[in-house]
Amino acid sequence: MNKIPNRQAICDVLLKKAAEDKDIVVLCSDSRGSASLAPFAEAFPDQFVEVGIAEQNLVSISAGLAKCGKKPFAASPACFLSTRSYEQAKVDCAYSNTNVTLVGISGGISYGSLGMSHHSAQDIAAMSAIPNMRVYIPSDRFQTAKLIEALLLDEKPAYIRVGRNAVEDIYSEENTPFEMDKATVLAEGADVLFVACGEMVKPALDAVALLKEQGISAGLLDMYCVKPLDRETLIREAQKAKVVISVEEHAPFGGLGSMVSQAVGSTCPRKVINLALPDEPVISGTSKEVFDHYGLNAEGIAKRAAEELK
Amino acid sequence: MNEIQELKVLAYDLRKKVVEMIVEGKGGHIGGDMSVMDILVSLYFKVMNISPENQDDPDRDRFVMSKGHSVEAYYAVLAQKGFFPMEEVISQFSKFGTKYIGHPNNKLPGIEMNSGSLGHGLPVCVGMALAGRMDKRNYRVYTVMGDGELAEGSVWEGAMAAGHYKLDNLCAVVDRNRLQISGSTEDVMHHDSQEERWYSFGWNVLSVNGNDIGELCDAFELAKGCKGKPTVIIANTTKGCGSAVMENKAAWHHKVPTPEEVEQIMKDLDARKEALS
Repeated sequence: MNKIPNRQAICDVLLKKAAEDKDIVVLCSDSRGSASLAPFAEAFPDQFVEVGIAEQNLVSISAGLAKCGKKPFAASPACFLSTRSYEQAKVDCAYSNTNVTLVGISGGISYGSLGMSHHSAQDIAAMSAIPNMRVYIPSDRFQTAKLIEALLLDEKPAYIRVGRNAVEDIYSEENTPFEMDKATVLAEGADVLFVACGEMVKPALDAVALLKEQGISAGLLDMYCVKPLDRETLIREAQKAKVVISVEEHAPFGGLGSMVSQAVGSTCPRKVINLALPDEPVISGTSKEVFDHYGLNAEGIAKRAAEELK
Repeated sequence: MNEIQELKVLAYDLRKKVVEMIVEGKGGHIGGDMSVMDILVSLYFKVMNISPENQDDPDRDRFVMSKGHSVEAYYAVLAQKGFFPMEEVISQFSKFGTKYIGHPNNKLPGIEMNSGSLGHGLPVCVGMALAGRMDKRNYRVYTVMGDGELAEGSVWEGAMAAGHYKLDNLCAVVDRNRLQISGSTEDVMHHDSQEERWYSFGWNVLSVNGNDIGELCDAFELAKGCKGKPTVIIANTTKGCGSAVMENKAAWHHKVPTPEEVEQIMKDLDARKEALS
């Protein structure tokens, strides 16, 4: 079992790149430890800015740095970053078009037992609704690293969300197919197509295997690029299947499922099922306990797919 | 007429352009435009190293119009500075499909950041000032805030960080006209003492008559010489400055003057200008 969380993969890439690029700047809001960015702060104190517990300031300062040529990565718990500083993301990053990467850590329901204040189950909906804001939710540490490397190559604002805990590997050091803003096809299927992002990719991948044992052919897209959604790959793969099922660690409205439904419904109508968290404060527990409770695990996802295909 | 006197004349002339713009666009925040004009004229024509010729120079000074609703005054100053044609902005301001919208937009030359939502300018400028320090550049960073704006908590997040990082390349100006849309700032939300508040956040504090370009320019010079802390200039201004029709009247926060009022305002502005010579 992998023990490296995606947040640490971000730090590893930034540590490597910052040595060559003095314009890379990391900002934290008393969050360097929880963001796994303490090693960066120690290695590059001149490229690290601590703003204290002030998420609005975190984002605006990042925008000011970006406007003057820096490449800021602003890391803060996704729950606060995506809502407390929402207006700063909208006005100072997206509207002013500054090269800020907002890194939402401990996203989704990573802080399971800490309550709804600490859950970011609205961040896809919120950030996706802002023109010129991109939204990325990588699945494993290898894809996360590729994404950060890709984001360093452009100069546009982006929001990315990673979870707190280490997640099982999907890819590997040698084999991480990655094309910016293109979904990764993990499986092709004639019966059902799963479209998942973030921590839901692994259970969806396991569900593909479970369904195969039942004689059901399931496909899977790792849609780490929630916005811009890779409609081309989505429609191409959806056309091969009878049912499309989105799976996400997000509220049931405005997230990946909404976007998949819009794209599929308007282009190649298929029945679309959205598996997500409920529209209520989620039950207390570890991520695994919460996912199990709501059927957001391999068995639950496979069961729902089999039911839809009856 | 010395340079400061000439700038005072210019400020009255640009106020007339603002009136034209607001009449043509059928809307605008005229009261704050009039109070902030002397601050903007001082910055753009005396203090800052910014011009259409150096607008991409990494060493240029940076300015963010945090009180973005005073965009008409900002447009008039930028047009006078040569960033875009004055007649174009007056004729197109606030019209359908215009690029001269009702708040600053950085698709226009000369404008660094979009604003409109209050409480953003100072924190953004903290980032700009930090970048300047990181790159060992000598540019200075300026922002102008309204006094009603100071109720936004994000202003004080920025103030806290600027004090913490001792950003002596940052200078903020408060357009202290003591009126906001609902009335007196002190009735809406108490803001005195500005001096004590900023001082407690680790700032160098200067208070001036914000409608006196001579006092303003002296304060900006003092700010340049202050080391180890950011400077705030509390610019005590008169909302609607330039005509008794508008002065110190909250109703003129945003208002389109009638033709009769325009005539009187223009006369008053000319009279103030002539009184200078």
